[in-house]
Amino acid sequence: MNKQDKVRTRTAIGDLTLRLLTLGMALVVVGLMIWIGWQMYVSSQESIAKFGWSFLTNRVWDPVKENFGALPFIYGTLVSSLIALALAGPIGVGVAIFLNEMASRKVRSVISFLVELLAAIPSVVYGLWAIFILAPMLRNSVEPWLNKHLGFIPLFQGSPVGLGMLAGGLILAIMILPTIAAISREVMAAVPNTQREAALALGATKWEMIRIAVLAYSKSGILGGVMLGLGRALGETMAVTMVIGNRPDILPSLFAPAYSMAAVIANEFTEATYSLYLSSLVEIGLILFAITLVLNALARLLVWSVSRGPKGGQLV
Amino acid sequence: MGQSLSVRNLEAWYGSNKTLHGINMEIAKNEVTAIIGPSGCGKSTFIRCINRMHDTLPGAKATGEILLDGANIYANDPVELRRTVGMVFQKPNPFPAMSIFDNVVAGLKLNGMRNKKKLKEAAEKSLNMAALWDEVKDRLGHSGMSLSGGQQQRLCIARALAVEPSVLLMDEPASALDPIATLRIEELVTQLKSSYTIVIVTHNMQQAARIADSTAFFLNGELVEHGATSDIFMTPRDKRTEDYITGRFG
Repeated sequence: MNKQDKVRTRTAIGDLTLRLLTLGMALVVVGLMIWIGWQMYVSSQESIAKFGWSFLTNRVWDPVKENFGALPFIYGTLVSSLIALALAGPIGVGVAIFLNEMASRKVRSVISFLVELLAAIPSVVYGLWAIFILAPMLRNSVEPWLNKHLGFIPLFQGSPVGLGMLAGGLILAIMILPTIAAISREVMAAVPNTQREAALALGATKWEMIRIAVLAYSKSGILGGVMLGLGRALGETMAVTMVIGNRPDILPSLFAPAYSMAAVIANEFTEATYSLYLSSLVEIGLILFAITLVLNALARLLVWSVSRGPKGGQLV
Repeated sequence: MGQSLSVRNLEAWYGSNKTLHGINMEIAKNEVTAIIGPSGCGKSTFIRCINRMHDTLPGAKATGEILLDGANIYANDPVELRRTVGMVFQKPNPFPAMSIFDNVVAGLKLNGMRNKKKLKEAAEKSLNMAALWDEVKDRLGHSGMSLSGGQQQRLCIARALAVEPSVLLMDEPASALDPIATLRIEELVTQLKSSYTIVIVTHNMQQAARIADSTAFFLNGELVEHGATSDIFMTPRDKRTEDYITGRFG
């Protein structure tokens, strides 16, 4: 073997090693995912065998009578996350527009920093704040006001409690706001200035320019940020547990207490004294896992379809 | 119809950096006026002052007067001004999220035109003027990004023309294009001058010689010489103009 061949063999071995090594790392992620899913499936066998699909539609959660249904938790998780999205989505995009298109450089760096700081606060601290500040505020002023002016809608009926679905949704909104704002700002910052100039040169006002040049260009990225926020909202446990009221019930009023999937697992895991109880909790975990996967897949599809734009072209 | 421009003592800054030092210049209507000069001489800044795009940059400001048919543009709303003074940029910049049709009528929609039939007529007219209609008439619903670079630039010209401006500013509109696409843009410019006043920035002197009625030579933020294109290229009065056009610098 001459010298050149040796070098070639050595680089080939190096490349092969790198390839196998990185492939292995990638497989670890996939493997973990499958393992977690499989393990939860196995551990929830007892509950699955006893309740079957009715577990998903049963509204009763009664550990005393050994009757378990996941619907109130699914409902609580989805509704609180939707409230969070409905509030944090527009506000987050608004913050991003202000920071990127309106604010001076100084204001931008200060506010961006503060927004990112919001993301760094531990969720238990959010929970404490929500218990002592947010919930009393809801009980004493926000909920009575909503009830007085929008009370004809079932969502805003009932007595103001403070701790409940609305509090859970609100705290989630605050927690996912930095995610949505930061990602939206990133994608807006990536819009080429030539796009803004194209709109301005046509006689667009600032808002028109933002609409046709900035938002249209970055909508798929913004959507991606909102979906990332949704992912965080679905899985958030601590802060929600502290304020959502923890009552496994489906009530039309947002003021009423509710429960979420993550919250019930965290709260009742240590009290699950018999195997069916434990198995049911694990099945809720499995459902949460599945819902998160499905929503993420849907989000990908949505982002993909939005980013295609008109025929024959590719949005950047 | 085109409108004439009269520039009086125009000075422009980026922050503390002064890029235009008192420009005085008359731009005749329905003519092509070329602005030539080396990089950094202020030629782009100059035309960006005419539709006040210069003002949109942070820290940028301009003083002096630019009279558009006698009315000072700095006394009026820049948004209104830009509907009278259109602009085509160096790099084609169609809106990627819009179809070809929507790109062309984007400015009209901003002006509040919603009538489908009128929009269609305007789109066909503008695309015809930009010599693009025959190439895109069967795929108006496709993305503007599906076109070639030269077609994209003509799409941007059609977009600028659709709002029926009286002045069309072009900032090196062909510098990102191949020679054939460049030729088409040049033909277009000479055709358009019957309806518009055209100010075109170019660093390509042959291009200025081919299409411009008058040419202005900028150097270091000053207007060195402005006159009929043939005079500028054949018998320049200023030594610096002569040096530049004979390729001694820049």
